[in-house]
Amino acid sequence: MEIKVCGPGCASCEKTAKIVAAAIAATGVDATVIKVTDFQEIAKLGIFSTPALVVNGDVKSVGNTPKQDDVEKWITS
Amino acid sequence: MEPIKNCSDDGACCSGGDNKITTRQLGLGILGLLCWYIIYKQLLPFSYFFSYDLLGLSKGSHLGEAIQFFVYDTPKVMMLLTLIVFVVGMIRSFFTQARTRKLLAGKRESAGNVMAAFLGIVTPFCSCSAVPLFLGFVQAGVPLGVTFSFLIAAPMVNEIALVLLYGMLGWKVALIYLSSGLGIAIIAGWIIGRLKLEHWIEDWVQELRAGEAVVVEEELNWADRIERGKEAVRDIVGKVWLYVVAGIGVGALIHGYIPEEFMASVMGKDAWWSVPAAVLVGIPMYSNAAGIVPVIEALLGKGAALGTVLAFMMSVIALSLPEMVILRKVLKLKLIAVFVGVVGGGILFTGFIFNLII
Repeated sequence: MEIKVCGPGCASCEKTAKIVAAAIAATGVDATVIKVTDFQEIAKLGIFSTPALVVNGDVKSVGNTPKQDDVEKWITS
Repeated sequence: MEPIKNCSDDGACCSGGDNKITTRQLGLGILGLLCWYIIYKQLLPFSYFFSYDLLGLSKGSHLGEAIQFFVYDTPKVMMLLTLIVFVVGMIRSFFTQARTRKLLAGKRESAGNVMAAFLGIVTPFCSCSAVPLFLGFVQAGVPLGVTFSFLIAAPMVNEIALVLLYGMLGWKVALIYLSSGLGIAIIAGWIIGRLKLEHWIEDWVQELRAGEAVVVEEELNWADRIERGKEAVRDIVGKVWLYVVAGIGVGALIHGYIPEEFMASVMGKDAWWSVPAAVLVGIPMYSNAAGIVPVIEALLGKGAALGTVLAFMMSVIALSLPEMVILRKVLKLKLIAVFVGVVGGGILFTGFIFNLII
């Protein structure tokens, strides 16, 4: 599984990355986390507000810090 | 593909059954507000009691004045901040960047500039999200000038600045700040739009117009919105309280110890050059409203002119060097220069006008 955390590295982006790490640890899912920090790369994904979360190519959240429960649901379903 | 939905708990977004606030929650809310008001009203008498009766300091003494100021202002500002940040956090849950983008996409200039400036106040925004936001606006076909109206208003007119100005300097100063901030955002954006500078946007940004924005709509119920309000309080109040306390502390010292009219010669009305100097000094300074307002309060108290002080504050908040560095990724240097020039001009004008009429 491939999880992309998109954001330039501001406080809420770091928070999102931490929540994702916690969700992976809690569910035991085998996943690679990629931090996308380049604006051009982020825009190419069609994302225009950050932080955003992309799971296996599907954009799951845009412009807010997701809750850990939701992230767990996204990566296990 | 499944429709994407973020819900806090299962079924909440599908059934819509528990979308209402219960009577009990409403009652608790009203009770909380009432308690807030009663405590708030006791702050001033308490600060007198604490400083002059309990500590036995004499009225008019340096130490007494400073302590009374600190004991009154700190809880007052923190209480105002908590309430407003909570309310604004709830209001913001209605305005996502995606929605704002959609609202502005079809707008013409003029009306679009006005709308963008107002939306800049209520749409969640931080300076690190300025670039993706800019890209999204361009991609959705929001005119450049309208985009700038948003980008100017969003940091400049924020709820923390307004609360602190209201709490420390009164509603008139807060209103002056609000209206001149909106005015600058609207007019500067309109001017940039008139100049037709679209070719000064970086080339790769132009190519984005073809793409499609991914929008994930969140479905929130009232419980979620209240939760958003609480989160905002934890986030913002948790971060800025130290600045506020430190700022008020410095303010209290100045209030009690530094002689009146100390600042009058440097930042007073008669020194016309103080307005441009304040703007220049403000650009490299990067601070949030929480750190800057107590300083301003102290400066005003010591004879600085209101226009000069407002110009300084606007320059610190609206013209920040780090934000320009970030924006350089999407804007050519010339366009950034125009942006600084137009906004700086607006701030100068505001400073001079208020020095003249007040």
